[in-house]
Amino acid sequence: MAKGRIRAKLRKSHLYTFCLYQGPNGKGQQTVGGPGFSRIVHCNGPQLQSERPFKYRSNDISTTKYSFITFLPKALYEQFNRVANLYFLGCAIASVTPLSPFSALSMIAPLAFVVGLSMAKEALEDWKRFMQDMEVNSRKVKVHTGEGAFGKKAWEKVQVGDVVRVEKDQFFPADLLLLSSNYEDGICYVETMNLDGETNLKAKRALEVTLDLDEDEDFKNFKGIIKCEDPNPSLYTFVGNLEYNDQVYALDPSQILLRDSKLRNTAYIYGVAIFTGPDSKVMMNSTNSPSKRSRIEKKMDYIIYVLFSVLLVISLISSFGFAVEIKYSMPEWWFLQPQEADDFYNPEEPVTSGISHMVTALMLYGYLLPISLYVSIEVVKVLQATFINQDIHMYDEETGIPAQARTSNLNEELGQVDTILSDKTGTLTCNQMDFLKCSIAGTAYGSSTNAVELAAAKQMANDLEGKVELDAVVSYSEKDRQSPIKGFNFEDSRLMNGNWLKEAKVEDIILFFRILAVCHTAIPELNEDTGSYTYEAESPDEGAFLVAAREFGFEFFQRTQSSVFVREKYTASGKPIDREYKILNVLEFTSKRKRMTVIIKDEDGQILLMCKGADSIIFDRLSKDGRFYQPDTTKHLNEYGEAGLRTLALAYKKLEESEYSAWNTEFQKAKTSIGADRDIMLENAAEMMEKDLILIGATAVEDKLQKGVPKCIDKLAQAGLKLWVLTGDKMETAINIGFSCSLLRQGMKQICIPAIDSDVKEEVKGAILKQINNGSEMIKAEKDPHAAFALIIDGKTLSYALEDDIKQHFLDLGVRCASVICCRVSPKQKALVTRLVKLGTGKTTLAIGDGANDVGMIQEADIGVGISGVEGMQAVMASDFSVAQFRFLERLLVVHGHWCYKRIAQMICYFFYKNIAFGLTLFYFEAFTGFSGQSIYNDWYMLLFNVVLTALPVISLGVLEQDVSSEVCLEFPAIYQQGPRNLFFDWYRILGWMANGLLASLIIFILNIVIFYNQAFRAGGQTADMAALGATMFTCIIWSVNIQIALTMSHFTWIQHTTIWGSIAAWYLFLFVYGALPPSISADAYKLLVEALAPAPMYWTATLLVAITCNLPYMTHIAYQRCFEPMDHHIIQEIKYYRKDVEDQHMWTKERSKARQKTKIGFTARVEAKIRQIRAMMNKKH
Amino acid sequence: MSSNTPSSSAGGVGSADSAAPRRNSKRPKYSKFTQQELPACKPILTPRWVISAFMLVSIVFIPIGVVSLFASRDVVEIVDRYETACVPDNFRNDKVSFIQNETTNKICTRNLTVPKRMKQPIYVYYQLDNFYQNHRRYVKSRSDSQLKDNSSWDDVSSCKPEDNANGMPIVPCGLIAWSLFNDTYNFSLNNQQLAVNKRGISWKSDRDSKFGSDVFPRNFQNGLLIGGKRLDPNVSLSEQEDLIVWMRTAALPTFRKLYGKIERDLQPNEVIQVTLENNYNTYSFNGKKRLVLSTTSWLGGKNDFLGIAYLTVGGLCFFLALSFTIVYLVKPRRLGDPSYLSWNRNPGGH
Repeated sequence: MAKGRIRAKLRKSHLYTFCLYQGPNGKGQQTVGGPGFSRIVHCNGPQLQSERPFKYRSNDISTTKYSFITFLPKALYEQFNRVANLYFLGCAIASVTPLSPFSALSMIAPLAFVVGLSMAKEALEDWKRFMQDMEVNSRKVKVHTGEGAFGKKAWEKVQVGDVVRVEKDQFFPADLLLLSSNYEDGICYVETMNLDGETNLKAKRALEVTLDLDEDEDFKNFKGIIKCEDPNPSLYTFVGNLEYNDQVYALDPSQILLRDSKLRNTAYIYGVAIFTGPDSKVMMNSTNSPSKRSRIEKKMDYIIYVLFSVLLVISLISSFGFAVEIKYSMPEWWFLQPQEADDFYNPEEPVTSGISHMVTALMLYGYLLPISLYVSIEVVKVLQATFINQDIHMYDEETGIPAQARTSNLNEELGQVDTILSDKTGTLTCNQMDFLKCSIAGTAYGSSTNAVELAAAKQMANDLEGKVELDAVVSYSEKDRQSPIKGFNFEDSRLMNGNWLKEAKVEDIILFFRILAVCHTAIPELNEDTGSYTYEAESPDEGAFLVAAREFGFEFFQRTQSSVFVREKYTASGKPIDREYKILNVLEFTSKRKRMTVIIKDEDGQILLMCKGADSIIFDRLSKDGRFYQPDTTKHLNEYGEAGLRTLALAYKKLEESEYSAWNTEFQKAKTSIGADRDIMLENAAEMMEKDLILIGATAVEDKLQKGVPKCIDKLAQAGLKLWVLTGDKMETAINIGFSCSLLRQGMKQICIPAIDSDVKEEVKGAILKQINNGSEMIKAEKDPHAAFALIIDGKTLSYALEDDIKQHFLDLGVRCASVICCRVSPKQKALVTRLVKLGTGKTTLAIGDGANDVGMIQEADIGVGISGVEGMQAVMASDFSVAQFRFLERLLVVHGHWCYKRIAQMICYFFYKNIAFGLTLFYFEAFTGFSGQSIYNDWYMLLFNVVLTALPVISLGVLEQDVSSEVCLEFPAIYQQGPRNLFFDWYRILGWMANGLLASLIIFILNIVIFYNQAFRAGGQTADMAALGATMFTCIIWSVNIQIALTMSHFTWIQHTTIWGSIAAWYLFLFVYGALPPSISADAYKLLVEALAPAPMYWTATLLVAITCNLPYMTHIAYQRCFEPMDHHIIQEIKYYRKDVEDQHMWTKERSKARQKTKIGFTARVEAKIRQIRAMMNKKH
Repeated sequence: MSSNTPSSSAGGVGSADSAAPRRNSKRPKYSKFTQQELPACKPILTPRWVISAFMLVSIVFIPIGVVSLFASRDVVEIVDRYETACVPDNFRNDKVSFIQNETTNKICTRNLTVPKRMKQPIYVYYQLDNFYQNHRRYVKSRSDSQLKDNSSWDDVSSCKPEDNANGMPIVPCGLIAWSLFNDTYNFSLNNQQLAVNKRGISWKSDRDSKFGSDVFPRNFQNGLLIGGKRLDPNVSLSEQEDLIVWMRTAALPTFRKLYGKIERDLQPNEVIQVTLENNYNTYSFNGKKRLVLSTTSWLGGKNDFLGIAYLTVGGLCFFLALSFTIVYLVKPRRLGDPSYLSWNRNPGGH
């Protein structure tokens, strides 16, 4: 960045620091060296740190879960933490004993496959993390290598005590002690967005004694010792001292540069590394991201428990039956030689035998629990995640970043979101201010399309004609007119290209522009490539003003210690003139003052006071004569305000020399005074000057929303989602954004709970509780169904509102309000609010944010979404999904979320059905074998059933099923509500599927048993033995479950066809191939298909009968449901099927416009509110 | 504030430029598959489909049912339960001691009347009841390798408790072989011997591949306990078809196994005299024994169930088709009628 630009040399930085810097507080120094404050750093002597006790942790960091050594035990432990897997492990161990009803291989192989696959996935994910760490660790920074020379070193090589040189826009590699900067007074500016999300720059100041160390050579002989606190996670404290030149200097947080913050507006700094790697404060703050599980998966656990109980019950029944049979029947079964029985079949000890049989039974009925469920779900989710990653509609062309599912285990959770908690800056807005409109001398400039009014008028016209044209109505206020100049989006030919010279009040216009160009604290930078100036301003608003002034022909190009130079391009003479304005005083902008004033002397010697500030503040300070433009300006300001623009009023006054000097002595006195009342004196002095102003106009700056944000919010609102905005910004800004996003609108009742200044905690709490209760009362008392409320709460207040005794009240109020905006919230509060909503409402929350300050909430929420493509990666790294822009959230939720939810829900239900249908047949059969634990199927059938034979159709259901197309999902956001209402995974449905499985198992078993009872099953006179009956039954199962899945699916691509037919074919193929193997391998299946089954018509007729009969109940059920209780997607499928959407477009658009949840936020709701307002007015007139 | 991440991203503006070539590679490649836009057939259950499907099932099933029922009715079956009748009256109270007594006369004569004309081949089965051939202890107790291959004649590890006798491995070992059914039947018609063909009653694959022609019974039924039939040590296992049939364990405790074939037609009202040797002990566990003579149809033996099931399901489907038709006629729902959409049914959502 430094290349191609010449920085206007400015050695002192006092301009910036008028009131930013606070002196050190002397607290805590005495503790240095005591317990907890043992760290000793030898500056410039990293070699001294190599031995204990000064050997500290190195600067390389690792976020991986496993290392090469710990991978196996740790990953295995994680795998067997799952109840089902543990059970299967037990089975696998027991399978080598004679208790096993199956061969050991058939128990161990699927488990090894399933666990191996899951572990491979873990390993891959950890590898990615490792690569990411590598990238960070190998970044380069300049480190003092001795003799005053600096060389580049990888971050991981930076040691405690190293002197590093960090240059502009670089990140600090470790926590550093600031020694000096390119500024004489040792100030530097840091951006801490990655730490706390605040976008404004913070000033850090070096100790005075180290200021001279501002050249590479100075470090040749630099020595010093820092004694300080031990590593701790507190970002805002630091206690320590520096021993330098035999003197001890106290250190405080303002000298500490934290890792992960960024050097800004400063060419370079020198610093000493104090805390490195894991010791640095940001790393101390890091927590492992909690592993999140989706609601469906949590519920699945319960289903597993239910099945476990079923398993236990039938195992108990079976063991009991076995014990009874052993005791009473087996002594008579001479063919079993009961007198020679071993422990497992001992008629003398039926209890022992019964208990050991329990183990056998638990293994035998293990097929009730789908071993491959977890692995299938994982495979499906990974594929779903791939689809999310591959979705071209979620690829951001500008930044070149696609959406990314960073964890794949929450896909279906996307379909159940109820509340979205969103960050503002960087998420909803670009953190870029655009100069959009202005009002000069009572005239409004700038294209003034009010999208809401326009849309309302259009729709009313349509309503009158009796038709609905939705597309026309929801033509969002999308500002596609991308201006080529950053910070300037102004369109009005009256002011552009010097045309303002022709305007009526040209004097005022000139003055207006001059205020823009002069009244600020920015520094210009020449961009050599383009020859134009860019500005480094404290706030983006200011930058936008300067860019605007430049575009209007007032180019600020130089700042010196005492002057500002402006080049006026359009003059009466036609030649550019450079004007110099002497800056006499700057009265800083603070959030309390809400205004900024400069006093200048122009070239004519005229002293001018120029002031910009919040309209209410300025209006209070106008002179009687200065209110000439106030009515018009107020009107314009209101318009701007409703459009969500950030407004400032501009005023000036002319000063007489004597008047000024009288005041200035007063002011200087205040400035030089020492003591507690200094601030008050300064305040008073400023107050004295900033009065009797003359209003000249107002500006409207747009906090530029990211592309598509209003539309996305509108759609999400229509999908029934609630949106809470949590921002670190101040209330005014937040409200502005509320308006521009249509979260707020005129006529919405705002329940504002601002900060309360009081030191007595109870008092504050009482006041807050009262306000909250008032708000709730107000909502309850409201009769108008269209009335909407908005809750706007300040961070300070929020900290009380989040305390245990109030938080429920706060939440209740928040839930009732259409929109909730929390301002000035700290990262921790964001997380707390998220937790409150998550736990308080019990619904799924989604947090979306871009900065490190959002990490807490991203991790806390059920789903965390990070905005990628911005500088800080923390949010993305902590997130479960990342998208490049907020607007992709719509597609992510409404399309992918909806699909994934239904897919996973159906898939899991089907899985349980399938395994119940299969597993129970084993139980029934066992009852016919004297409960001996004999299975009717060959081990291989069972081994392959879950892992191979029925695996792929289920996966294709889970990956490719679409109830409605993505277009329909987007057109009918209301369909999304199927997820939050959990229509597809409620107990009714789950138990229904289980009942279906039970029925299927009964039908399969009973029909087969009776058909193949004892008579010959083929013309050759042979009767069916166990192998033949088992294979036939298995064939029936394969057919039944595949027909079932075909009935479940509503979307057949060639893949589904292939998997379903393939799965059936695979069974026959397997039986054929297996039967062709020598009998030592194939045992009782030897030539079974070829010789016994295939030539027997009975085999085929039985298959047909059973497969169809099994599916009759389900078929009847869905036919009935479709007929009498059709769900939304059924109707839409029908409409699409009959192409009614094409034939009857009117109906289609009408339904689309209706297909949304009753919402009070969003652009559409706003248009409707406007229509109601206009109608009400019209009614009044009549 | 918390973060699990090491640090911020590659900072600075420089990275933006270097990222430029990477950009395109990150762009998802368009394919119908990845965009989930593969052409798909999306059938929906319209009333027409529902009714047609049910009708189709009934149209297919009812004829199959009729045909199967006819096939089953064609089969002529003679079942004679003899386990009680073949115990002399004085042993009726203690059948077990009768059957276990070596000296008692086990010969028993039964007369079977042919109800209808029986076309050859007529299959002779014995049917046992309450006999758990499917018991796990029983099923496992065999050695396939020993049956197949003479060289592994001593592979009896899986045959417990019938593995060794007198210190020598048993061939064929195991409970199944040991408990081989040993009742014998002799048929005569009009005092003429009715030949029973005992060849070809087992599966060919068993004879060829599972029971070795070089494996001969050895040390069989020489233990303390005598189970069932003794085998001729001079006949190889592959020719011991009774054993081969028996070794195919039945799935249910009630089962029939082929005994032989009578290869001539029997005329109605002909009386077959069966001279049977009632050796097999089913009395311990109250098992029944039946002698079954049965012809087969193309579908197999006599079992009306398949036909009835087909007819029932077919009828049910017909009924369903009918009721859906009526329902659709009485209370039609226009397909794709938007008034059924949830937001039209209960306005206001939720």
